[in-house]
Amino acid sequence: MILHPAVLALLIASVLISAMVLFASFHASHILKHWDRESGSELQLQLERNTYLISTLLAYALLFQLLSLALLVYVADTLHVQIAGAMCAVGTFNANSLGYPALALKIGNFLFAGLWLILNFADARGYDYPLIRAKYSLLLVLALPIYLESLLVWRFFFGLKGDVITSCCGSLFSTGQGTVSSELAGLPPLPTAGAFYLGAFLTLALWLWFLRGRGRGYALAIVAGLTFLAGVAATISYFAPTFYELPHHHCPFCLLQAEYHHLGYLLYATLFGGAVAGMGCGVLAPFHGIPSLSATLPWLQRRLALLCLLCYGLFTLIVTLRVLTSDFRLFS
Amino acid sequence: MNRSLERQRNILDFTLASLLRRKGKNLSLLAIYIFIVFIIASVTFFTTALKREALLLLSEAPEMVVQRLSAGRHDLISHDYAEGIAAIRGVTAVTPRLWGYYFDPTTGANYTLLVPPAGTAVPGVVTVGAGVARNLGLAADDLLPLRSYRGESLLYTVEAVLSSESELIATDLVLMAAGDFQQLFNMPPGFAVDLAVSVANPRELATVAGKIVERYPDTRPILKSEILRTYDAIFDWRGGMMIVLLMAAVFSFLVFAWDKAAGLSAEERREIGILKSIGWETGDVLLLKFWEGCAVSLSAFCLGVLFAFVHVFVFSAPIFAPALKGWAVIYPAFRLTPEVSPLQLAILFFLTVVPYTVATIVPSWRAATIDPDAAMRQ
Repeated sequence: MILHPAVLALLIASVLISAMVLFASFHASHILKHWDRESGSELQLQLERNTYLISTLLAYALLFQLLSLALLVYVADTLHVQIAGAMCAVGTFNANSLGYPALALKIGNFLFAGLWLILNFADARGYDYPLIRAKYSLLLVLALPIYLESLLVWRFFFGLKGDVITSCCGSLFSTGQGTVSSELAGLPPLPTAGAFYLGAFLTLALWLWFLRGRGRGYALAIVAGLTFLAGVAATISYFAPTFYELPHHHCPFCLLQAEYHHLGYLLYATLFGGAVAGMGCGVLAPFHGIPSLSATLPWLQRRLALLCLLCYGLFTLIVTLRVLTSDFRLFS
Repeated sequence: MNRSLERQRNILDFTLASLLRRKGKNLSLLAIYIFIVFIIASVTFFTTALKREALLLLSEAPEMVVQRLSAGRHDLISHDYAEGIAAIRGVTAVTPRLWGYYFDPTTGANYTLLVPPAGTAVPGVVTVGAGVARNLGLAADDLLPLRSYRGESLLYTVEAVLSSESELIATDLVLMAAGDFQQLFNMPPGFAVDLAVSVANPRELATVAGKIVERYPDTRPILKSEILRTYDAIFDWRGGMMIVLLMAAVFSFLVFAWDKAAGLSAEERREIGILKSIGWETGDVLLLKFWEGCAVSLSAFCLGVLFAFVHVFVFSAPIFAPALKGWAVIYPAFRLTPEVSPLQLAILFFLTVVPYTVATIVPSWRAATIDPDAAMRQ
């Protein structure tokens, strides 16, 4: 194990987050079992009080979860100097078999946590706890991947050894190796970038459509999710080589390094932020008929749709500016 | 949006006024919180600054050093090896190096003796580092006595004392001619302590190292990148160990914070009761507690970081230096270069603010769900 202070910080954070989610899940299952809004019993009053505790606990836990994703990537990027053969975060994550599963789970939990917080925010706007069953059921689903993630993060850092020769990003993200990353790097750059631009354009069109009061937000959520995937694929296959001005360098993590002014953090923040806001719009869509939310839900969805558009817009602007201003051309 | 902002502002306003009303209780918590942030921030700042110094120090080191091993121990290497290694394709230069350590029994200090390359040193004349000069009270033109391997006293004239800017690298250094070095340690001519190897393309270093071991199996090439990695790991390990030890203090602080947050005074209970009876909701009281936590954490975080900055970069970390720097009779006096990175601040946040916040959630919720009538009746 590499006893870096940042590793300790991440391990402590993962224990605290898991403990908070476990505590909240325990109370949530209690609420799901005994909740009866019509009742005025002592138990129901206590359950209603507990909802405040769970919401506060989870709001903090999931906020820390979002921050710890950024810290995990930053730490992996910092630790690469101590791992033989590693040149950026890719090498660190690749140093043992648990690095990538931990990262993938953290990203998944990040998206999931964002959606849960949106649901919680909407629920707090209704006076009669309208989404209580939906959000606590979702919480119980979310809890398991969070525990699993903590376990993987612990085992990953405990298994990290400085003297293991790991692959550098040059070999992992080179094409034709049969791995997921090499498949992504091997995607045809122009159609992949085209798919992303199409997704961004469709997001704009659906936003306008949504503003006119058409649709509930499902279409926007699906397009936002697909645009996110296309954005990640296009970053690896086309935008990253354009930033590096190296045709065979597809690494999505090198963008985070100081040579590229840490621009990756802004790019990924906009991409992830857009995905959460866009998909959040769809998560709220099934609850349109609830009377206590009839005023706030459309307002909240419009805000989320706008946020999604702004995030994707900023991402598109940054990558397009780079493509246009760079002397580098991936195709003649 | 404006109304929502206005609401937050009003609650924040109320929070600050309420914190100031209970100065005694809050100041004791704040003082301990600041101390915890200060200690952990000092450790991270100090280890990062030392890593930076080590990096700067090694930037001038040769890319590869080749040592000869005999019975698993470092041994002298013949100049013939240098010629053989120089013939390997890609190697641009091989410099035999003469250096060693000299223990001075009168002061209990160790000096590093080095023969400068290209034979620039004059026999009988030495240049000493600032630490050696300080230790022996030497100045230019004084005599430096050293005992040879046979026990006889040899006198060298001090030509100059190296400037204090180079102290971190050269504080214990004595530069002397090759002949003097060989006479002092009974070292046969035609042998070196190790070889510094330069390679034209840094990417070929590993390949060249492989070829050297293949041609001379009794050698051990050491790459600069390996040394850098080891230094990085050592300083991180030292910082990490300190933090592991300090976690006991952090844990005590959390118990204290929990206790402070849970032990509401009768006055506070009445205050929350009145607030709720005039229309504040549980959510509003929780918001009040949130802002209270933010105000305390932000003040403690900023002040703790500021104090740690002054402690490490102005006073050279007197509290941690003995444990983290290592020690020696001749230790370089140096001022660390101030550097605070976002990573350090993020580490501090996760090690102090996050546990504090977690410790105060349940007590805050308990306070916020007090029944107004019960609170006022007490």
